[in-house]
Amino acid sequence: MKNFFKIFFSIILVFGYSQNSYSAEKVEYLKTDWSFKGLFGKFDRGALQRGYQVYTEVCSSCHSMKYVSYRNLAEKGGPEFTEAQVKAIAASFEVKDGPNADGEMFTRPGKLSDKFVMPYENVKAAQAANGGAYPPDMSVLVKARGGGVDYIYSLLQGYESPPAGFILDDGVYYNKYMYGNKIKMSNQLSDGLVEYADGTNATVEQMSKDVTTFLMWTAEPHLEARHQMGFKAIVYLIILTILVYFSMKRIWSRIETEV
Amino acid sequence: MSDHEYTPKSKFGKWFNDRLPLLSLASHLTDYPTPKNLNYWWTFGGILTFCLITQIVTGLTLAMHYIAHADMAFESVEHIMRDVNYGWLIRYIHANGASMFFLAVYIHIFRSLFYGSYKSPREIIWIIGIIIYLLMMAAAFMGYVLPWGQMSFWGATVITNLFSAIPLVGEGIVTWLWGGYSVDNPTLTRFFTLHYLIPFLILGLVVLHIWALHVPGNNNPVGIDIEKPSKDTVPFHPYIVIKDGFALLMFMIVFAFFVFYAPNILGHADNYIEADPLVTPAHIVPEWYLLPFYAILRSVPDKLLGVVAMLSAILILAALPWLDTSKIRSAVFRPLYKQFYWILVADVLILGYVGAMPAEGLYLLIARVATAYYFLHFLVILPVLGFKEKTLPVPLSITEPVLGGSPNLATARNRESLNN
Repeated sequence: MKNFFKIFFSIILVFGYSQNSYSAEKVEYLKTDWSFKGLFGKFDRGALQRGYQVYTEVCSSCHSMKYVSYRNLAEKGGPEFTEAQVKAIAASFEVKDGPNADGEMFTRPGKLSDKFVMPYENVKAAQAANGGAYPPDMSVLVKARGGGVDYIYSLLQGYESPPAGFILDDGVYYNKYMYGNKIKMSNQLSDGLVEYADGTNATVEQMSKDVTTFLMWTAEPHLEARHQMGFKAIVYLIILTILVYFSMKRIWSRIETEV
Repeated sequence: MSDHEYTPKSKFGKWFNDRLPLLSLASHLTDYPTPKNLNYWWTFGGILTFCLITQIVTGLTLAMHYIAHADMAFESVEHIMRDVNYGWLIRYIHANGASMFFLAVYIHIFRSLFYGSYKSPREIIWIIGIIIYLLMMAAAFMGYVLPWGQMSFWGATVITNLFSAIPLVGEGIVTWLWGGYSVDNPTLTRFFTLHYLIPFLILGLVVLHIWALHVPGNNNPVGIDIEKPSKDTVPFHPYIVIKDGFALLMFMIVFAFFVFYAPNILGHADNYIEADPLVTPAHIVPEWYLLPFYAILRSVPDKLLGVVAMLSAILILAALPWLDTSKIRSAVFRPLYKQFYWILVADVLILGYVGAMPAEGLYLLIARVATAYYFLHFLVILPVLGFKEKTLPVPLSITEPVLGGSPNLATARNRESLNN
């Protein structure tokens, strides 16, 4: 039996290792403590609310977030704004609706059930406004990048002047963490760019961390529920496994064979 | 099939059983004499049944919310993840369930290889197993296409393009498979249909697999034929049921860890980017469980021969009962085969590793050597070994001390005789 588990777990380890080696380009990302990692990881409510502020005031002028609705902002496990706050947030956006009874399209203030209003009508419009590059939708961005949150967090702080001899075209910027080091988004963050409602000092590092936390939530809105359920499920399974183990020993003791 | 006559106690039971012998079947399944020395490697059959049922149940639930349309598939998956009650849980179980299914099936196959379970009289069980494995690969591949992310789209493009290697009709076949001139909506809808169908085909084959197993009965670690029922066997219930249950629970703990704490670690980040026919990802890699075959495919410079090599790598397994010429089943009594067995395991792991790497330089060289060795193992080493190998004496029964009574004692005695 010992042998069995040794082999079983080394196979799992080998698979785990070969998966990690997928991302070929090895850059050391900047590290920070993420509150949502680990068995009991939860989002930092304050960071989510600040992150939403950074997203709305900075990112959302180019990046859409088409799978997230305003109502999500008030839901459990998210930024948990009050419903009144979220209604006010939604109402501050103009939503195109229709056609009405006269067959006309019209605009109205946003409602809780609306998805986040997109900065551009369509992909082509977004490309035209951004020198041909499409600012990716941010709903699941964190999961769509190999390095995940560490990558996004680093990228936002990775703008440097290019090394000597590195040629950059117009509208292309140098970023230490970007694949190939060329990025079409210019450095967006600077100290004090936003004024946080809770008085937190808005350094580039702080804003990067907050907005990345917010992006983690938009990509995994049920992360907290998942962690909580996971812990219960695994504890339950372990207890059941122990009970079944002793039942098995008992049953097999009827015959003289080792299990 | 039945080893003894079963008569239901109640009158109604008897009346029913005379017309449809379901009760006899249940009695056969509970009393089924199983070798008492089965180790934990034998629990993966039950684990695989659990995996199949889990995939079918979660898959049915997902299908109620998923929309198989090129413009809506990605969005509908996000809808499942966000707005469907516990949709995230069901999807993560299904996605990681595929990986767990393959992990279990690989252990199951390699257990068979070690203990010679494919040998006479179990060839049909083995061949049905290979067909199940092929169908699993088809189902997994098509399932991976359904979220319509970048890896879905480009993986589908690469794999379906393999058919273009067929001389003369290749291009026509690819167009026919796609339902157009590129991977597009018609491809997605037919993949969804087939992805829905295949698990039920697998379920049917699993029934045949178990039926065929119940004719000769289980092989066992000693690899000898045993009398059934006898001192060497235990009834399936409760002995094997509780043991399989225990192993299944251990397996579920690993499964739960992936689902709840690392649900995306086995997937590729690019599949969270919606499919874009105009942007090719930097590296197109299949899921981990297909990597060894992907490595074999890429290690052959010619496209057609590469496809042939990849298919042969799987189909060669079906010929295994005849390629392995040894009369002895279990590797316990085959000192040389045992070593070659572990080399094969290492070879397949290496193939999996280089399958994930770019096909160039040293990686390509390693892939070629490993591919060559894979075929060498089955086509040369196994047939020759059966004639050349000096095997250890095999006990006559699991319990009776005829030749020592246990594999360890038999080995010890063999050493003794060698020393003399």
